[in-house]
Amino acid sequence: MDVRFRITADGTSLDETGLKFDLNDFDAWAVEAALRLKEKAGQGEVVAVSLGPDTAQETIRKALSMGADRGIHLKTARVPFDGFAIARALADELKGGSYDLILFGKMSPDSSNGVVGAIVAELLDLPCVTAISGLEINDSRGTARRDIEGAQETMEFPLPAVLTIDEGLNTARYPSLKGIMAAKKKPLEVKPIDLGDTAVNVQKLELPPERAAGKIIGEGAAAVPELIRLLQTEAKVI
Amino acid sequence: MANVFAYAEARAGALRKVALETVTAARKLADQTGGEVHALLVGAPGISTSAEQLGKHGADVVLVCEHDAFAQYNPEASAALAAERIKSGGFRAALFATSAQGRDLAPRVAAKCGVGIVTDVTAVDLAADTVIVKHPINIGKVIATVAITSTPAIVALRPNIFTPEPSAKAGRVENIQPMGDPSASRVVVKELKTGGGGKLDLAEAPVIVAGGRGLKAAENFKLVEELADAFGNAAVGATRAVTDDGWRPHSDQIGQTGRLVSPELYIAVGISGAVQHLAGMRTSKTIVAINKDKEAPIFKVADYGIVGDVFEVVPALTAAVREARKGH
Repeated sequence: MDVRFRITADGTSLDETGLKFDLNDFDAWAVEAALRLKEKAGQGEVVAVSLGPDTAQETIRKALSMGADRGIHLKTARVPFDGFAIARALADELKGGSYDLILFGKMSPDSSNGVVGAIVAELLDLPCVTAISGLEINDSRGTARRDIEGAQETMEFPLPAVLTIDEGLNTARYPSLKGIMAAKKKPLEVKPIDLGDTAVNVQKLELPPERAAGKIIGEGAAAVPELIRLLQTEAKVI
Repeated sequence: MANVFAYAEARAGALRKVALETVTAARKLADQTGGEVHALLVGAPGISTSAEQLGKHGADVVLVCEHDAFAQYNPEASAALAAERIKSGGFRAALFATSAQGRDLAPRVAAKCGVGIVTDVTAVDLAADTVIVKHPINIGKVIATVAITSTPAIVALRPNIFTPEPSAKAGRVENIQPMGDPSASRVVVKELKTGGGGKLDLAEAPVIVAGGRGLKAAENFKLVEELADAFGNAAVGATRAVTDDGWRPHSDQIGQTGRLVSPELYIAVGISGAVQHLAGMRTSKTIVAINKDKEAPIFKVADYGIVGDVFEVVPALTAAVREARKGH
């Protein structure tokens, strides 16, 4: 869907009227990975944790409807732009949880920063592999694949660990009707938290400059000579 | 006076282009403060031969750490070393690349230093004591101007935005020791498999030829590959529809959940231009689109559009590019 964003009058936040919040793709793949590991092990628990205002609960319910066992909502007035502040709050919540794996989407498409998973790992002093598109877990060790520029990197790590998930690891399941009904009864704990000071703050939001209106220069192979001429003389890229 | 730190990214013994972009951007910041640029270069023994390049692009000091355990990317040992240097050096800002390695490393360093970080930055500036950056959010539909008030500020730059520029500085090499034993890292690269064939990477290629569903079948991607070959400096990309169907690997995907690219020239072949795809390539300098549907949204962002059958237009374009580049 092509959403057009509006900026509020103070110029530092987005007008969220009419926007629908959902679990983003990277996070959905992270939930899916957790569910598959639990299914393969035949035991264990999947806990979905999210930080933000009340809209975060819709996101947690989505994970519960996919099959997560319970949810924790770290309630804040808004999602700060400071990834370190978010990670600090999450690490505080996760540190006592004895999790074997802590999975994140590789980034939120909203802030497009992609730093929270790795910062949580550092704060908890856990091994971490980011942006993985392949994963194998055997007992207390794991192997993960990262698609890096023009190459693939295979990394080994001990558990417990933090992983952030990229596209290609799996295809996320759709919640079944039964799953959606069951999710309504699953426990969702709400914990109001104070984020403390933030060191990264939005000063201003702007819509990007529109590209000059597109131009169709011709039809079929007959237009190729004109394209070459423009690429040489106007764009100067050949 | 405040110095600027630059992480000079290398892989498998060779400096990457983003290293020169990072040092160039660091030089510009340091010129504002009257400070120095200190670049950090880690690698297997022999990596120090790349230090000269960093000096030529504006590094006053090149901190070189050579160790066998740095032959491959070593996230834990690299982060420990970078954080230690950054904490001890009185830096206003520490710059990294928003590459696979930089995206992994920079947040680790931010955590160890306990400071603010912004990645995928398209502009960086100083205002009094604050580092100000621009960063596209919400799949590139909104540009945020962000103030980082911590000292230092950790900033990861979007590749291909900060063009490497020569700025001859001393590039004085200082050999440094790793922190602890870098062979003892918990996370270890076991294998690095390269794509083969000297294929250029999407993040670094000045020209990208990308294909979509309009190519109809995986085997027709050879049209895209041949056009890329004709340019000699082009990488091949794809839409999500194409990578989901397995015609191309996921690592070739350009768009919201894939790669964000900004080449000099982007040629979209048989791509309709879904908003998720546009999010990944709309900052390209020149966009060419070839599509049979003249109503396709890709034509709204294309500087030059050709309406036509890709199976007719692309081979003609390949031949014409070969002809135009003769003698190159």
